[in-house]
Amino acid sequence: MIAAEHIIEVTYLIATALFVLSLKWLSSPVTARRGVWAGEAGMLLAVAGTLLHQGIVDYKLIATGLVLGTIIGVPLGRVAMTAVPQRTALSHAFGALCVTLVGTSEFYLRAPNVPGFMMGVLSLEVILGALTFTGSLMAAGKLQEVLRQRPITYKGQNFVNLGLLAIAIGIAVILVLHPEKMYLFPFMIGIPLVFGVMMIIPIGGADMPTVISLLNSYAGLSAAAMGFVLQSKLLIIAGALDGASGFILSVNMSKAMNRSFTNVLFGAFGQEQATAAGAKEARPVRSASPEEAAGILTAASKVVIVPGYGMAVAQAQHKVRELYDALTKRGVDVKFGIHPVAGRMPGHMNVLLAEADIPYDKLLAMDEINGDFPQTDVALVIGANDVTNPAAREDTSSPIYGMPILDVDKAHTVMVIKRSMGAGFAGIENPLYYLDKTLMLFGDARNFVGAIVREISGGHN
Amino acid sequence: MKLDLMTSLYVFMLAAFIGFEVIRRVSPLLHTPLMSLTNALDAIAVVGAIILVGEGKSTLATILGTIAIVAATSNIVGGFMITDRMLKMFKASGPRKP
Repeated sequence: MIAAEHIIEVTYLIATALFVLSLKWLSSPVTARRGVWAGEAGMLLAVAGTLLHQGIVDYKLIATGLVLGTIIGVPLGRVAMTAVPQRTALSHAFGALCVTLVGTSEFYLRAPNVPGFMMGVLSLEVILGALTFTGSLMAAGKLQEVLRQRPITYKGQNFVNLGLLAIAIGIAVILVLHPEKMYLFPFMIGIPLVFGVMMIIPIGGADMPTVISLLNSYAGLSAAAMGFVLQSKLLIIAGALDGASGFILSVNMSKAMNRSFTNVLFGAFGQEQATAAGAKEARPVRSASPEEAAGILTAASKVVIVPGYGMAVAQAQHKVRELYDALTKRGVDVKFGIHPVAGRMPGHMNVLLAEADIPYDKLLAMDEINGDFPQTDVALVIGANDVTNPAAREDTSSPIYGMPILDVDKAHTVMVIKRSMGAGFAGIENPLYYLDKTLMLFGDARNFVGAIVREISGGHN
Repeated sequence: MKLDLMTSLYVFMLAAFIGFEVIRRVSPLLHTPLMSLTNALDAIAVVGAIILVGEGKSTLATILGTIAIVAATSNIVGGFMITDRMLKMFKASGPRKP
């Protein structure tokens, strides 16, 4: 039966190569779908190879599991694009659940004879897995709005959270030294389960991109730890790739929100809220009607649209596409400027706009578009607020000072579609709205964009 | 095939470096599909669960392992499906449909 073992190893080797290629091909939209196929092929190969494992005596339950998983997986693969953030959080939870359950089984199969190193990685596996499981479920609940999105903070929150984590790590250390104290193991799972919930309680909606990335990274690391426990190179590599990806995204997101990475790592999100709420709309703003907005847009030669989560909430992306079409037809150059933390997960806006059939080469990242604003006739902000706030650049006393923003205030004219003058997520006044060059377009994003489109097409045809 | 601790650490370190280099090059445009794809790949943990259930060494392992297979498989199926659906939507400008 040595042959079967060799076949398995070869399938794993090829699967590993396909996984790396899969991520490499994802670097460009041109080759990205090939990346998915490579990943699928690698996965199929590895699973098929595993089924040859000589120790397997019963296939019935395996088949049941695979079928049930497929039945659950298909609807999760078909959710609406607006629901992708919660779907992603849910899948982090499932991944972490798998890792935690396998780790638990491995412990009870091996205990009390677990060597120190093995116990160490096993502890890492179940602690990270358990906290990622409940943390991701909480995040998914908040994103789906099953749970309240408002962050809940209380005094000593960080102390409680870090305390919980410290106790879990303490138990892990005891188990490494004395693996025969098996009664401690359930606590090592239970406490991180609680920690996962506590970690997400203080998180608000706008922090979600960072949190999802971080949970992604934890899920990957726990899978890599599982690879150490099972002595599987394939798992170590897949976990390391996933962990690295989550880590890079977390760093990107925290940079884009001007938070230190330690701040993110310790789950101290949403702390600096409720800061400036004092000065309230005493200053005059200029507002405009859809007709006026349409006139200005058609007279422009260069327009940059800046979408934010508000666009997704109002489901305005398809109307935005109509606006894009109407303006492009008249020879106006329309581009989109997308802030890294716009939306509820990294890249969320790009997916929504791509779904609305806007070509991806018109979707530009913050550092690609910022140089263009001084030559831009109109910057049209739809449902974004803090990421356009010039106070982040100029006002050292502002809570968001230092956060990289889209420099829409450098455009010749700024138009902002907004429901009312209410402050943004962080409760911070946006001086952009009071500039002479700024026109406020009050109303629901979808209706307002729709009205502009009607004006443009009606006025000329 | 058995690995020792040091070999495992080498494998992890090299994979992490490759991960950083490869993923750094992924455009922010595709960060959402990136996350759903790595998530699907991560569900390769299913192989551990399959062996656990197949060997059937204890009732606990069999039950937990089966749940683990369900969870991981749903990630594999759902993850690849949604990634492909998203990527299909990304089209370049130029010859657009009428």
